[in-house]
Amino acid sequence: MKELLKEKLSGHFPNIQFEFIEQFDELTLKFDKSALITVCEFLKEEDGLKFNFCEDITAIDWATRINRFTLVYHIFSLENKFRLCVKVEVDETECSVETVSSIWKAANWAEREVFDMYGITFVNHPDLRRMYMPEEFEHHPLRKEYPLMGIPGAVPLPKK
Amino acid sequence: MGLESKLINDGFFTTTVDALAAWARESSVWPMPMGISCCAIEMMASGDPKYDISRFGSEVMRFTPRQCDLMIVAGTVTYKMAHVVKKIFDQMPEPKWVIAMGACTSTGGMYRSYNVVQGIDQFLPVDVYAAGCPPRPENLLNALMQIQDKVGKTRVKDFPDPPQISHESLQVDLSPSKN
Repeated sequence: MKELLKEKLSGHFPNIQFEFIEQFDELTLKFDKSALITVCEFLKEEDGLKFNFCEDITAIDWATRINRFTLVYHIFSLENKFRLCVKVEVDETECSVETVSSIWKAANWAEREVFDMYGITFVNHPDLRRMYMPEEFEHHPLRKEYPLMGIPGAVPLPKK
Repeated sequence: MGLESKLINDGFFTTTVDALAAWARESSVWPMPMGISCCAIEMMASGDPKYDISRFGSEVMRFTPRQCDLMIVAGTVTYKMAHVVKKIFDQMPEPKWVIAMGACTSTGGMYRSYNVVQGIDQFLPVDVYAAGCPPRPENLLNALMQIQDKVGKTRVKDFPDPPQISHESLQVDLSPSKN
């Protein structure tokens, strides 16, 4: 499966640079964020791959790197019983990615969570609201600069 | 029992209405089970035949705040949930008491984090804290007995003035969200 995946991707997208990392018996695929939609569509639709289940979307804040955030998509092929991790890098200055909720419906809420926690916006997302924090909240708690105990008064408490 | 033995001797006994009311109130505290997380399981266990909260006259757990005089806050209260807890507490009639059950409710517990209220006494007048994570049913019953002591000692002059709650604060906003 791993060989087939590498072969198909490099055959179908000769212009995109793919980086394959194999760790703990799992395959990770890295590429530029501009190709995200086309590659994800290919991964879902292509015969023999059929990654039809988006398990989770999350992000990593590296704080000091040039590409500050890494978006992580965990996708699974129910047909082939194969799991793949897709990673794209996002910079703080241009903190947005095209949404994949048009490809996998399950990505809708997962992307809302990433938006809530990291402040990465998803272009063309149908309903990009905060997932967990109150709507009037102004920060993104999982960013490294946000203090563990929060900013006093950021979420108001009821009066005693 | 104390009451009957007094009645056998004289056929009557003297007391104040205030004390009688407090005795009656103390013997049937109706809890509002504010079960938010795992402490609620122990709270349910304290109602089962093995621990049997009805020995203390408190088996009538009401799921409407209007009929309760004791709120058992059992579980982690997040900042988002705090407003809901407070709204329900405000709907309980006076006089009312609060048990903070468990570590999360009393201090934030193991959730030392931006999203969990570090102790509900920041927005509720807590009477008894029950320690434990979660507290065993015996511990909750002990807290209830302490509440009963407090209720029995309460007299009319101790009650606060009726709270001035504006109608706006009790209204639920049913309009669709802005987005």
